[in-house]
Amino acid sequence: MSKAGEALLSRLAPGLDGDVPGWLSQIRAAALTWVTEHGFPTHRDEDWKYTRLEAITEVAFRAGTADSGDSRIGEQVEDPAVDLGGIRFVFVNGLFRASMSRLPAVADGITITNVAALLVGGAQQLAPFFDSVPGQHHAFAALNDALAEDGAFIHLGPGTVVDEPIQLVFLSDTAGIPLLASPRSVVLAEAGSRATIVETYAGVDGQVCCTNSVTEVVLHEGAHVEHYKIQDEPESAFHLALLDVRQGRDSRFGSHLVMLGSQIARHEVRISLDEPGAQVSLDGLYLPRGNQVHDNTVFVDHASTQCTSHQLYKGVLEDRGHGVFNGHIMVREGADGTDANQKNQNLILSDRAEVDTRPRLEIYADDVKCTHGAAVGQVDGEAILYLRSRGLSAEEARGLLVFAFVRDMVDRIELPGLRSALLNRIATRSMAGIGEVGA
Amino acid sequence: MLKIEDLHARIGDKKILRGVNLQIEAGEVHAVMGPNGAGKSTLAGVLIGREDFAVTGSVLFDGEDLLALSPEERAAAGIFLAFQHPVEIPGVGNLYFMRTALNSLRRHRGLDELDGVDFLALAQERMKLVEMDQSFMSRSVNEGFSGGEKKRNEILQMAILEPKLAILDETDSGLDIDALRVVAGGVNALRSEGRSMLVITHHQRLLDFIVPDQVHIMAAGRIVRSGGKELAVELEEHGYAGVREPVPAATSMAGATR
Repeated sequence: MSKAGEALLSRLAPGLDGDVPGWLSQIRAAALTWVTEHGFPTHRDEDWKYTRLEAITEVAFRAGTADSGDSRIGEQVEDPAVDLGGIRFVFVNGLFRASMSRLPAVADGITITNVAALLVGGAQQLAPFFDSVPGQHHAFAALNDALAEDGAFIHLGPGTVVDEPIQLVFLSDTAGIPLLASPRSVVLAEAGSRATIVETYAGVDGQVCCTNSVTEVVLHEGAHVEHYKIQDEPESAFHLALLDVRQGRDSRFGSHLVMLGSQIARHEVRISLDEPGAQVSLDGLYLPRGNQVHDNTVFVDHASTQCTSHQLYKGVLEDRGHGVFNGHIMVREGADGTDANQKNQNLILSDRAEVDTRPRLEIYADDVKCTHGAAVGQVDGEAILYLRSRGLSAEEARGLLVFAFVRDMVDRIELPGLRSALLNRIATRSMAGIGEVGA
Repeated sequence: MLKIEDLHARIGDKKILRGVNLQIEAGEVHAVMGPNGAGKSTLAGVLIGREDFAVTGSVLFDGEDLLALSPEERAAAGIFLAFQHPVEIPGVGNLYFMRTALNSLRRHRGLDELDGVDFLALAQERMKLVEMDQSFMSRSVNEGFSGGEKKRNEILQMAILEPKLAILDETDSGLDIDALRVVAGGVNALRSEGRSMLVITHHQRLLDFIVPDQVHIMAAGRIVRSGGKELAVELEEHGYAGVREPVPAATSMAGATR
C-alpha cells in the first residue's frame, strides 16, 4: 500500500473501537485487515484506471464520527431534492440527525429507522448486510464496512407498500475539518413490497470532505423498489459510493442517478439478478465541468434466466470535465432468456473535456438478446442552424440543445417534485447558457 | 425587397452557385425550379446564412447587406426558411420552441415578449391554417412527425414568425396530394402585400396550388431562364432539357430583374 494510503488508514482506524456489537467489531477488524492487505486501488487497477484517487488518499481525512454537538451544523445546507413531503431522514456527516428528520407513522410490517439506533440493541439482523468484505468489492467498500456507524435501515415486510418517497438526505458540514463520512444504508424489500427511495447528497461550498457511502438493497420475490440518487456536493468534496443490489424472482429495481457535484465522484452500481424474471433499469446523468471527474461504474450480473436489464447513461462534458462510463454486463452460463442492453451517450462541449466510455458484454449463455453502444458527439450543427434561423442566438441554441439532451433523462424521473427541483437546479447551474432558456 | 447580384458559392473547389442574379419585390411570389444539383437548396442555404459555403457577390435585403448578418440577425430582419429536411429536436417542446423563437425576434425588433397565455392563443389561431391540432405543440420539435407533419410544422412557424421573405425549400417533397393541399392552403393564406416568397421546387405540381408571379429555371448554379407562370407549364411539357440551352447572360438578367 502507498504511504499516503497507510497514513490515511492510520488516521481513520482509531475511530473504530466504540461501543458496538461483537459481530460488528469482527467485521470491522476483518475489513481493516483487508484494506491493509490489498491497499487502495490505483489507476493501474482496471476498474479504477480513469479516476485519479491520489487526490483523495492524500487528503488528511479523519473519520466523520465525532459529532461536534453543534446542532446548527448542517442546517444551512440546501437539499437539492427539496422536501418531498413524506418520510425524511437527514444525516449530517454520516450521522442521523433526528431534529432535522421526519418519520410519520408507517404501516404494520414496515420498519424504518437508522442503523445507529439498531446497533444499540445488538442489530443481529444487520450482520448479513455488513458482511460483504471478502474480496468482493474494493478498498473503499471495505473501508465503509470498517467505519460505518449510521445510515438508514428500511425493512419492508411482505406485501407492504410505502406510497410517499422515502427521502434520505446526506449533508456534509465539516466546519473546516476534512471529514470522511461513511454512511451505510440497507433496504430489505420482502416479497411483493414496494417503495421509492430518494438519496441526496449536499454540502457546503469550499469545505473539503469525503463521502464514502454504501447502500445495499435486497429484493425478494416480486418486490419493486425505485431508487433515486442526486449527488450535488460542492466541488471541494469527494464522493465515493457503492449501490449493491441483489434481486430475487420477478423483482423490479429502477435506479436513477444524477451527478452534479464533487471534485471527484465515483458511483458504482452492482446488480445481481439472482433469480428468474428479475428486471432492472438503470439511468444515469453526469454533468462534469470545471475540473470535475464523474465516474460511473456499472456491473450487472445476469446469474439467472429470463432476467432483463436496461441501462442508459448520458453525460455532458464541459470545460475540463471528465466523465467515465465503465459498464460491464455479465451473462452467466445457463442464464438463458437474458435481455440486456446498455447505452451510453455523451455530449462534449469543450475541446479540453474528456470522456472514457467502455461498455462491455461478457456472455456465457446461448439464448440471449444483448446490445450495447456508446456515442460521443458534439451539439448537432444542423439543429443549431435550424434554431438560429428562427431567431435564437448561437448561445441560446446551444444551451437549448444541451438542455434537451439532459431533459430527456430528467423526464424519466417519476416524482414531479423532484423532477422540477432538478430542472431548476440544472438551469441555475447555468451550464452552457442553459440558465437563459431554462425550464 | 431582395436583390441578388452575381452570387457565387462553393465548398472547397466545388462551385455550386456560379453567378445568380435575382430580384424579388415586396408581395411577389417567385418560383425557382431546376433539376437536382442545380444549386436551388444552396441558394436557400446561402440566404439564411448556412456556413458551409464560401460566398461572393451581393445580396441586399431591404437595402441591407444580408451576407454580413448572422443567421439569427437575418431571422430578425424577416428572412424565414421552411427547411427541406426539418430538424428533429428531442426534448424541446414544439410550443416552447416557437415561443422562444418568436420572443427572440420580438426582442430584436424592440417589442414586448409574449407570455405563455398570449402565445398559446396566437399559436392556436395559426394552427388552424395548417389544420394542426394541439397535440403537435406538446410534442418535441419534429420528433416522430411524419413527412407531411414536419412540412406543416414549418408553415406553422412561418405563420407565427410572420417573415417578410419566406423561402420554401421543396416544401412539396414527400407530400401526398391532400397534404400538399393543406400546406399550400396555409402558404396562400399567408400571402400578403408586404410578404415575398421564394418557392423552390422540382415539380410544377406545387405551382398549381401556389401560383407564382415569376418562375426561374436554375441549372448548373445559374438562373438560365425566367418568365411568368406559363414557364412552369412549358417545363412540365418539355422537361429541363428544353430549357437547358445556354441563354445569353443579358436575357437571364433581364428576366430576373424585370
